[in-house]
Amino acid sequence: MLLIRCPYCEETLPELEFVYAGEAHIERPKDPSSLSDDDWRDFLFMRSNVKGPHFERWRHVHGCARFFNAVRDTVTDRFLATYKAGEKRPSLAELEKAE
Amino acid sequence: MTTLRVPNGGRVRHDEPVAFTFDGKSYTGLRGDTLASALLANGVHLMGRSFKYHRPRGPVTAGSEEPNALVGTSRGKGRSEPNTRATMQELRHGLVAESQNRSPSLKFDFGAVNDRLHPVFSAGFYYKTFMWPKSFWDRVYEPVIRAAAGLGTAPKEEDPDTYANRYAHVDVLVVGAGPTGIAAALTAAKAGAGVVLVDENAEIGGALLSDPSVAIEGEPAWTWLAGRIGELAALGVTVMTRTTAIGYYHQNMVALAERLTDHLDEIPQGAPRERMWQVRAGQVVLAQGALEKPLVFNGNDRPGIMLAGAAQTYLNRYGVRIGERAAIVTSHDSAWYTAFNLADSGTAIAAIVDTRSHPNAELLGEARRRQIRVLVGHTVVATSGRLRVKSITVAPMTNGRVGKSQTIACDCVAACGGWTPSLHLFSHTKGTLRWDEASAAFFPDRKSEACEIAGAGRGLWGYAPVLADGVAAGTAAASSFGQEARAVAPGVKGDRPGTGANHAVLATSVKPGRVRAFVDFQNDVTAKDIRLAVSEGMKSIEHVKRYTTNGMATDQGKLSNINGLMIAAETLGKAPPEVGLTTFRPPYTPTTFATFAGYHRGTHFEVTRKTPIDGWADEQSAVFEPVGQWRRARYYPKAGEDMDAAVERECRATRQSVGIFDATTLGKIEVAGPDAAEFMNRVYTNPWTKLGVGKARYGVLLGEDGFIRDDGVVGRVSETLFHVTTTTGGAARVLTMMEDYRQTEWPDLKVWLTSTTEQWAVVALNGPNARKVLEPLTEGLDLSNEAFPMMSLADCRVAGFRARLFRLSFTGELGYEVNVPARHGLALWKALMEAGEPYDICPYGTETMHVLRAEKGFIIVGQDTDGTVTPDDAGLGWAVGKKKTDFVGMRSLKRPDLAATGRKQLVGLQPEDGSLLLEEGAQIVADPDKPVPMRMLGHVTSSYRSAALGRSIAMALVADGRQMMGKTVYIPMPDGTHKATITSANAYDPDGERAKM
Ligand SMILES: [Zn+2]
Repeated sequence: MLLIRCPYCEETLPELEFVYAGEAHIERPKDPSSLSDDDWRDFLFMRSNVKGPHFERWRHVHGCARFFNAVRDTVTDRFLATYKAGEKRPSLAELEKAE
Repeated sequence: MTTLRVPNGGRVRHDEPVAFTFDGKSYTGLRGDTLASALLANGVHLMGRSFKYHRPRGPVTAGSEEPNALVGTSRGKGRSEPNTRATMQELRHGLVAESQNRSPSLKFDFGAVNDRLHPVFSAGFYYKTFMWPKSFWDRVYEPVIRAAAGLGTAPKEEDPDTYANRYAHVDVLVVGAGPTGIAAALTAAKAGAGVVLVDENAEIGGALLSDPSVAIEGEPAWTWLAGRIGELAALGVTVMTRTTAIGYYHQNMVALAERLTDHLDEIPQGAPRERMWQVRAGQVVLAQGALEKPLVFNGNDRPGIMLAGAAQTYLNRYGVRIGERAAIVTSHDSAWYTAFNLADSGTAIAAIVDTRSHPNAELLGEARRRQIRVLVGHTVVATSGRLRVKSITVAPMTNGRVGKSQTIACDCVAACGGWTPSLHLFSHTKGTLRWDEASAAFFPDRKSEACEIAGAGRGLWGYAPVLADGVAAGTAAASSFGQEARAVAPGVKGDRPGTGANHAVLATSVKPGRVRAFVDFQNDVTAKDIRLAVSEGMKSIEHVKRYTTNGMATDQGKLSNINGLMIAAETLGKAPPEVGLTTFRPPYTPTTFATFAGYHRGTHFEVTRKTPIDGWADEQSAVFEPVGQWRRARYYPKAGEDMDAAVERECRATRQSVGIFDATTLGKIEVAGPDAAEFMNRVYTNPWTKLGVGKARYGVLLGEDGFIRDDGVVGRVSETLFHVTTTTGGAARVLTMMEDYRQTEWPDLKVWLTSTTEQWAVVALNGPNARKVLEPLTEGLDLSNEAFPMMSLADCRVAGFRARLFRLSFTGELGYEVNVPARHGLALWKALMEAGEPYDICPYGTETMHVLRAEKGFIIVGQDTDGTVTPDDAGLGWAVGKKKTDFVGMRSLKRPDLAATGRKQLVGLQPEDGSLLLEEGAQIVADPDKPVPMRMLGHVTSSYRSAALGRSIAMALVADGRQMMGKTVYIPMPDGTHKATITSANAYDPDGERAKM
């Protein structure tokens, strides 16, 4: 079972308290009606599916109930960082240096 | 006692006999025996039959890796267990054990005919055989395979035992309490770390239990061991025996399965049988040791042939000689010590047969001193004996050629093909392995968790090196906490160092077609099967495994993986690491489902949410059904009524007078704040800005993909407060979705979301007399149709309680939903029941609710929709705000496929035979006489008997259904094909007059 740090509660807690919520930094377009079918399809369905560090969303559902962002390596299943929703994505180079 | 029991030998209690039965026959063993050691002491080697060929088999090991000696054990009703390893089951008074996979008896088994037919059952047998004709699948192949599949018989009664689950946090977890693990635990504990030491055996000591002649720190091994047990206790180390570390998960979480009662004569009152531990450790020390590798030779599976290390364990730990005349076959030094121990215990040694030409001179000297015949540079070409080995035939090897053979009589064989580190838990962590050419074994390489792997588990051999390694591992573990260990490695005298040679298969002069050299004993995979798999194109060991089933038995390849790999690699002419090693996965040993389930069974399997009215419904003998996590009254049968009769009565009463329904489970969310209306506009399809305070509207919620996710009535309590209702099962999902948008897409909106599902109890009154029942109880509100019309809501008092009253209808009748604080739910219900008495008020359940809404064509999300249904498909296009510029899912409704013609649309179905109930889920076709496969137009989503309409009704999703009104379609069902007409789903009071009364 993974241990996950909630950036709002500032505590590292068992995975059981959290749910996964898909890829991070996919912003809903301000005016969806202005998008072409292809652009809207990409927003709806196309995901990066990376092997390695993946920017993704989690929710501390059995805690503060906040959504937050995380960088998790999909190969090792290790969290490289978690950060609040709305904060800018951390640089991978810096995260790897910190490892 | 037989002469096979060494007087006062081993660690068993010679003064405490224990009676047990095996296949109905009574035996006696000693306290401290395993079932296997007790049977061996009674001269019984034959304990099972193999899976495929039903070959007679005896134990090959003395541990948890045992592939052969699997038996059924039982101790009374419900307490039976298939595939108990006789080598692990401790003897207890009255133990009842039965052999498996044989009929009628272990010694005479009809299934053994498979053995004669072995050329038929070669590798890939299943893939090659059960292919055609297709019609044979249902009637022939599947029943035959099912009858033959599996070992043992699963218990049919409910398990009366309880199973526990615990969490633990510890500085250092040491897995394996052999010399390495003990040294590591002591070292870390002395440095101040909190330590847990676990071992799957009944007592700690590991290999030392089988090697009493070694001296450590000047003491005999067992004296030293007893001293260390005292020291561990004094240091506060938690020692857990009979506890298997079954899986090693992320961030140093290790699952332990602890067995608590299977070894006890009597089960203490209330004691759990097994306990699952989830341990989060700061550091893990893996000291799992090494597993002995069988030699693969022709006839290596006869009862009486076992691993040399096992023979040594039976002798030294249990005081049991495995026979009177033993042959030793080995490619490793370790088996020589077994030979010496057996000889010293009075067992005749027929010969030591070593595959190597020049074994260690010291060992040769020891053998000479005991006048043991030694054959070096020899191979085993064959063995004999059906239910017990009678002889082995050996021959010298010169320049790769098999020389002239000779046959050696024996009644048991101790064989050793070397040792392979037990890397299972290390592999669970995705730690990488490297192939060590010299020892033909994988060693641990790069770690991925905070762990140390020490001792024989990383390829060390001999007591001095592994004790030193244990100390080093304990030191490293402690130092990661900043604690300094000051331990020195214990000195060892009489150590048993050793080396060996490796063989994929021992050479034989026997004709290839007659050779039976087993690699996986339980699954009967031979060396030939693996070669065949390779020659048929399986180039990866993962493919070989699945094609041959090598390593797929209950021992999960502990004995067979490396040998299988070596044979495959040799056949392919590649190095073993190029062919790969199959992945080790948890659990390390078979673990009962109950241990995983723990407390989560029966009523504790999951939470059961109950409404305040649940107890009342229970008293009325309501029949319940689970909906989401709720338990809901499905119908309220009167004496002698079945469901159909009860539902028909409940429907009639509601339509004719008044029905009362517990709607508490409906999801309820308060959307509050200055931007509440804007938020609702963005989330729901409907327009909300102009909805007046005190008015309600049916809302539809889509996913961003345009498909219906949920629905429910939404009331505007004030300018800044909406009372949103959701489906019973969808409440949490809807709140999650709303929260997601609120928190991450529109954090600027001033809006707050609160789940109020549990706060309100909701009682629905439906029927022409609903107002008459409610009116006398209502204060502060005029219920007349003019003052409080359909789709209104108001805060008022009902039956003296503060209430939020909705006027709405999910039945087509005049309807109200009374919300009161949950604690008053039951009192409200009773008050309404009493007020309804003059009108014969009738409680109805979810089944009647389903029928009444289906008569009106109202959908149930998840039943009439399936995640691919748009509002237009469901006939709910009217609920989509036409002037809105955006809401969740709006853009998707314009995607070409969602706007195309030919989509399935929700319609009603009227079966030609009004007494016929269509099957929900049944497919719908235009012409049943077309050849199969024919085009499906859609499927039935809801189907009921309608008392009001006097016939059966159904709803269905049908391609272009709304253009097919009045057309005939066909519904093939198991009992024949039925005819139905497409109609509107709104069949009862289509103009909705009754709800507006
Ligand atoms: Zn939190």
